[in-house]
Amino acid sequence: MEIFELIRKPWPWYIAGPLIGFTVPILLLLGNKSFGISSSLRHICAAVIPANISFFKYDWKKEAWNLFFVAGITLGGFVATYLLTNPDSLIVAESTKASLTALGITDFSGLMPADIFSVENILSLKGLIFFVLGGFLVGFGTRYAGGCTSGHAIMGLANLQWPSLVATIFFMVGGFFSTWVLLPWLLNLVN
Amino acid sequence: MTTIKSNSTTEIDLPDQDIDSFDGTNQQSKTENFISNLKYLIVGVFFGIVFVKAEIVSWFRIQEMFRLDSFHMYGVIGSAVIVGLISMQIIKRFNIKTISGETVSVPPKQFNKGQIYGGFLFGLGWAVTGACPGPLFAQIGSGFLVVIITLLSAIAGTWTYGLLRSRLPH
Repeated sequence: MEIFELIRKPWPWYIAGPLIGFTVPILLLLGNKSFGISSSLRHICAAVIPANISFFKYDWKKEAWNLFFVAGITLGGFVATYLLTNPDSLIVAESTKASLTALGITDFSGLMPADIFSVENILSLKGLIFFVLGGFLVGFGTRYAGGCTSGHAIMGLANLQWPSLVATIFFMVGGFFSTWVLLPWLLNLVN
Repeated sequence: MTTIKSNSTTEIDLPDQDIDSFDGTNQQSKTENFISNLKYLIVGVFFGIVFVKAEIVSWFRIQEMFRLDSFHMYGVIGSAVIVGLISMQIIKRFNIKTISGETVSVPPKQFNKGQIYGGFLFGLGWAVTGACPGPLFAQIGSGFLVVIITLLSAIAGTWTYGLLRSRLPH
C-alpha cells in the first residue's frame, strides 16, 4: 500500500526524465521506431483529409504505430489522473504564482488553470486565443520545424543531431518570448 | 560495422526527404498488423502516466520553466536526453538488434530554416497552450476535454503547413 501512496504523489524529475529517456531505446528495440510524437498529427491529416496535397500523400499505414502510441498516451493520461490520483493539489512556484496572479490567473489548484481551460470558454475570445490560435501554432510550428520536444529535443539531441539543437534553441526562444511578451498582452486582452 | 546509420540516407524512402523528414520514423522493414501495433499502445500508456505523474502536462509547469522559477522541466528534459544518449551509444557499441532481428537505424535530421521559423512558432504556442503535442493527448485523457479543440486546431495547423509548404522559406 505504501508504494501505491508513493506512486500517487507527483514524481520528481530524476524519476520521470530517465523513464522518458528509456522510451528511446524501447521503441528502437521493439520495432526500429524513432521516438517522436508530432508526426501523429501529420498521419491524421494523411488519413483523414489528404486533399491531394503532396505532403500528405504517403503510406501513413506504415506509420500507424505512431497513432497507437498517442492513443496509449491518452489512455495513460486517464489512468494517471483517475486511478493514480494525486491526493494533494498542485504546488506552483511562488514567483510564478505571483506573476500569473498579476496577469489575472486566480485558480492554481489543478494541472491547468480553470480560468482559461474550461468548457465555457470555448466560444469566447479566450477560447479562440488559447485553444484555437495556440493549438494552430503548435501544429504548424512543429511540422515546419520537422519535430517537437520529443522528436528534436529528446530523440534528436540523444542522437547528436545538430539541426535538432537548432530547433530546440528556437523552441525555447519562442517560449520565452511568448511567456514574457505575448502572454501578458493576450491575458490583458481577454481579462 | 556501424549499426546506427545516422549519416546515410540510403535506407530511407520518404517523400521530399530534402525538405522534411519525419520525426517518429518507422525504419522496420517488416510490416506490422493491428496486434503487433498494440505494443506501442502499451508503451504510450506508460509514457502518458509518466507525463501526468511528473506534471509535465501542466500549464503551470511550462510557465515555471519559461519564467526560470523551477528546475523541474529542465531536469526532466535534460535527464531524458542523457539516458537516451547513453542507451543509443550502448545499442551502437554492442550492435544490439531489434526484437525481430533488424539492425537499429535512425534517419538523420537534415537542417533547413524550418527548424528556426517553425521552432520559434511552436515555442509561441507551447507557452500559450502549456503543451507540446504529446501532452495534448495526455491532457485530453486527464479529462481536460477543451483540449480536444486545441488538438483539432493543431491538426489544422499541420494541414495548413502541408498546404503552404512549397511557398514557405526552408
